[in-house]
Amino acid sequence: MDGLLQQVFNGLVSGSFYALLALGLSVIFGMLGVVNFAHGAFYMLGAFGAFVLLDSFGLSWWLALLVVPVLLAVVGMVFERTLVHRLVGLDPLYNFLLTFGVALILQDVVRMRYGVTSQPYTRPELLSGSVNLGLFTYPTYQVFVLIFSIVASVLVWLVLSRTRIGMIVRASTERAELSQALGIDVRRWVTPVFGFGIGLAALAGVLAAPMRAVNSTMGGDLIIVIFAVVVIGGLGSVFGSVAAGYLVGMLSAVGNFYTPALSQSLVFILMALVLLLRPAGLFGREEGVHA
Amino acid sequence: MITAKLIEGSRGWSRAARVAAVVVGLLVALGLPWYIYPPVAMDIAAWALFAVALDLLLGYTGLLSFGHAAFWGSSAYATGLIAIETGLPFYVAVLGGAVVAALVALPIAALAVRRTGIYFAMVTLAFAQLIYFIANQWRSVTGGENGLQGIPRNFFGLDLSDSFYFYYAALPLVLLGLWFAWRVVHSPFGRVLVAIRENPARARALGYPVDRYKVQVFVLSAFLAGLAGGIYAIGHGFASLQEVYWTTSGKVVVMNILGGMGTLWGPVLGATIIVLLEDYLATAGIDAVGAVTGAIFVLTVLLFRRGIWGTAQHVWRNRRGRRGGPGPDDDVLEQEESPTPARQA
Repeated sequence: MDGLLQQVFNGLVSGSFYALLALGLSVIFGMLGVVNFAHGAFYMLGAFGAFVLLDSFGLSWWLALLVVPVLLAVVGMVFERTLVHRLVGLDPLYNFLLTFGVALILQDVVRMRYGVTSQPYTRPELLSGSVNLGLFTYPTYQVFVLIFSIVASVLVWLVLSRTRIGMIVRASTERAELSQALGIDVRRWVTPVFGFGIGLAALAGVLAAPMRAVNSTMGGDLIIVIFAVVVIGGLGSVFGSVAAGYLVGMLSAVGNFYTPALSQSLVFILMALVLLLRPAGLFGREEGVHA
Repeated sequence: MITAKLIEGSRGWSRAARVAAVVVGLLVALGLPWYIYPPVAMDIAAWALFAVALDLLLGYTGLLSFGHAAFWGSSAYATGLIAIETGLPFYVAVLGGAVVAALVALPIAALAVRRTGIYFAMVTLAFAQLIYFIANQWRSVTGGENGLQGIPRNFFGLDLSDSFYFYYAALPLVLLGLWFAWRVVHSPFGRVLVAIRENPARARALGYPVDRYKVQVFVLSAFLAGLAGGIYAIGHGFASLQEVYWTTSGKVVVMNILGGMGTLWGPVLGATIIVLLEDYLATAGIDAVGAVTGAIFVLTVLLFRRGIWGTAQHVWRNRRGRRGGPGPDDDVLEQEESPTPARQA
């Protein structure tokens, strides 16, 4: 039983990464109607950002947690302005292909520079031990990641649901033209929201650096799982993406406990079930404007 | 949908031009291993068939499958297993592999058509990753990370160990596949596919069971992709995880985009360019296939979304004089939002 409980906890921790990535993907999709394939690549860049800061500049992980997401958010905004923006308004598949190409380039460039072996990254000292959770002890760092991602998700949700900015973003997301007609300059918000989504991906990357293998392919495989997650949760839905993220994390971990061979496949099987029973996703509405 | 809608196969060409194109294409195919390293020529043929298989979906039905590696790859494994276990002529093994690919495609298609557009791409990509994980886990059958090695080239006792001769043994199968794709496109079934691409709602209103058509063309496309994957596996003598990996799915998409989807000739051209380019990079010792492929994606999508063949057709059509028609530099954007003038031609 303890073993199972521990697996649930592991699942929640990996779910934290899924949730942060799916959240960013969802927000970007809502605002621009763009499915950003390069999301995984920015996650990878986030991890490498932390690595480079520590390795070359001796900057601590805590600082990286602050600096890297902001830096990459700016990169993301430039990316949106220079490339993604040109294809908005065309069939969304074009941007899917564009961002796929960008993901390939980023991944390959990092591989050329750092090779295929994983870069070592030591845990920040403050979080290096383990905590006794009553039933079992658990690495402090993982507990931190879990709490951090939950807090981040709740914050994003609060911003979106309670603040004026959030209201504008939600309105622009759901009824872009109507919002425009009501005097909201939707276009002004597109670039910042894109940068914000990228920042979330980078944040997940920095969080991943001390506990996951830091290498060029870490984002490529992950993004496909994230696609399955958002199909399960309903891509337009912020809450759905986060919930599906944790759900999928737990499902894989519990699956790993009972049938290790199947654990990686479970997310796709769940996706098949969702498509069969609720094609719009567990928390999604019927496909709307961007369908 | 995504395609440059105006491209209607080789419509607008005279019959003579079309016949000439086929004759030239055949001559190039027949002469290829004389002036290109034969294994590379074989790769071109296999990838060309793979790309055309995807074109049935992407170009003619407007469905972007981002998971076609699943079918190319599962056939590569199945073909290899049949060839190894039974020792039958490789034609039989490849056909068996293609059937397996079609069978794998059936449930995936049935589920994927429940979503459209961008979701369809994501769902097919995810299912392909499922196939990848299965191939990775099922070591006793697929050999896991080592892959399936020592696939023989049995062919009625003929010695095909020389790739030059193998090319000619396999070429009929490739040509048959290409001809089949051409038949599909120019059949009443193919016309319905284009109708679905242009306006799914209207096709449905006209009484066509849209989803059933989509599943059917998906399975056909997977069968042809399987044919190509089987030939590739026999040609290389092994099948590896690379065959079912998502980068392979991406590669066949870029062949379509670069060459010009919805044209059949375009994907063949795209496949030829990509395979030659990869071969050039490999021999030149430039280890940057991913970055180069990515750059081609970005540039094609930004600069000429019709692809090479589509652009050429477009320029050609405008040359032949229509006064105010859209020029070759016109953005596809405008073309896509209004009914295209060229389509009425």
